[in-house]
Amino acid sequence: MSLLQTLLTSPDEIIKERVLAVQEYSLLAAEAVANLFRRPRYLADMLMQMDFIGVGSLPIVVLTGLSIGAVLALQTSTTLQQFGSVSLTGQLVSFSMIKEIGPVLTSLMLAGRAATGMASELGSMKVTEQIDAMRALGTDPVKKLVTPRVVSTVVMLFFLAILSDLMGLFGGYIVAVSRLGLSTRQYWTSTYQQLQFADVFQGLCKPFFFGFIIATVGCYFGFSTKGGTQGVGRSTTQAMVAASVLILIVDFFLTQLLIGIFGR
Amino acid sequence: MTTAAITNGHHPPGEVVLEFEDVELGFDEHLVLRGVSFRLHRGETKVLFGVAGSGKSVLLKLALGLLKPDHGTITVLGSEVSSMPEHDLFELRRKIGMVFQESALFDSLTVEENVAFRLTEEHLPSDEIHERVTEALRFVELEHTLKKFPSELSGGMRRRVAIARAIVTQPEIILYDSPTGGLDPITSTTIVELIIKQRDVYQTSALMVTHRLQDGFTMATHYYDQQKGQMVPVGDSGIDTKTSFLILRDGKVIFDGGGHDLAASTDEYIKEYIS
Repeated sequence: MSLLQTLLTSPDEIIKERVLAVQEYSLLAAEAVANLFRRPRYLADMLMQMDFIGVGSLPIVVLTGLSIGAVLALQTSTTLQQFGSVSLTGQLVSFSMIKEIGPVLTSLMLAGRAATGMASELGSMKVTEQIDAMRALGTDPVKKLVTPRVVSTVVMLFFLAILSDLMGLFGGYIVAVSRLGLSTRQYWTSTYQQLQFADVFQGLCKPFFFGFIIATVGCYFGFSTKGGTQGVGRSTTQAMVAASVLILIVDFFLTQLLIGIFGR
Repeated sequence: MTTAAITNGHHPPGEVVLEFEDVELGFDEHLVLRGVSFRLHRGETKVLFGVAGSGKSVLLKLALGLLKPDHGTITVLGSEVSSMPEHDLFELRRKIGMVFQESALFDSLTVEENVAFRLTEEHLPSDEIHERVTEALRFVELEHTLKKFPSELSGGMRRRVAIARAIVTQPEIILYDSPTGGLDPITSTTIVELIIKQRDVYQTSALMVTHRLQDGFTMATHYYDQQKGQMVPVGDSGIDTKTSFLILRDGKVIFDGGGHDLAASTDEYIKEYIS
């Protein structure tokens, strides 16, 4: 029965399914965290995931950071020129990149790369009974597969977001110097002059939440895969969409909370 | 095997290692198992027959605690798995080997890593792991495939690797889920021979699900001759008493007994099934 048919004939079933999904997701996420305090800890798996998620995502993160920083400088310069404030380009780029665009964009990129990767890998394992085989062999799949991915994503996203911020600033710098006629000193001074602890804290705090969302959502959809290879494809898409939407929603509330705390 | 064991008698008496008591399980309001009760004794191999969808594979997953029954109790090696939390089950599962229907080998690991999985989890020294893995693979005559990936093996070879993975820790019980399903007759015989070898050499208790009658009958009419290094017929139309049969129909047990009882059954369905 298609989703539309079910929605028309028994909407309560859809609601029940969604509530159950939220419950199962929450349990999985809680268990993944609780496993941090239980042995065994699978350090080798964590390092392997860090390599895949962190090192493997370097090119895409460098490229997006650089391009967004450059575009930001280009786009804002038109407005700033009207007020004769082109010299503030650096400040605008640094504020936007560090507080918001750096962490959010890197997370969305990673959702596209890592969450989908996790959903398809674990989903394939699920439909070929490899997850059951792991349980049958006396190994907790959440401990072996989910916790290392959560830890790796959280840690690596933190560093990737910093790298993305730096690349953004660098992209802005290239445009500021080559197209807007600013000097190197002028640009870099304005980038950090107005930055405060609260701004940097906001930017560094978000990747922890987004990293957690990416890994847990990716793993959840992988574990709940049903229906063969078609199901794996479905889970992959759903993981990407759900992780991105959750990141954007959490970003809004987190930003509100942090602005409330720091007042900027 | 001594001739004393080749009689027309009943199951060998001994400690009960696995017991189902009035087990019921349903999916989406459809009952798959209805009041299933049986016992598996130490050293016994029970062959589970049933048509597709009769609940055979579900029964094995219940025995491992991978699924929970809606009603009834399942006791494995003295522990009631039907009420145990997942965390405690991991410990118990280390004493049970399982061969999945489609092998369920980890496709990103080599054959060696697959067979060594449980030993690696127990952090045994690498020399010992290698030795035991090679020994298990030698048992299934695949020691030359150590460095290969499952995708490079044929279906029958994958099934043999799955058997090696299940026996590498010398479990007390082995559960075989259609180990010959989808294989050609010659490869199926090789697999059945391995199961007989495991039964007679290591005296492991086993539950074997199959829809191929021939597998069950080969199990009951052959034993493994260690001198000859192959399975040979019991002879004199004798039947191996360590092998018993259980037939499921629509989720219910309609037969539970030895080979002779099965042959002598007057039940129309059973007669038709085994004919």
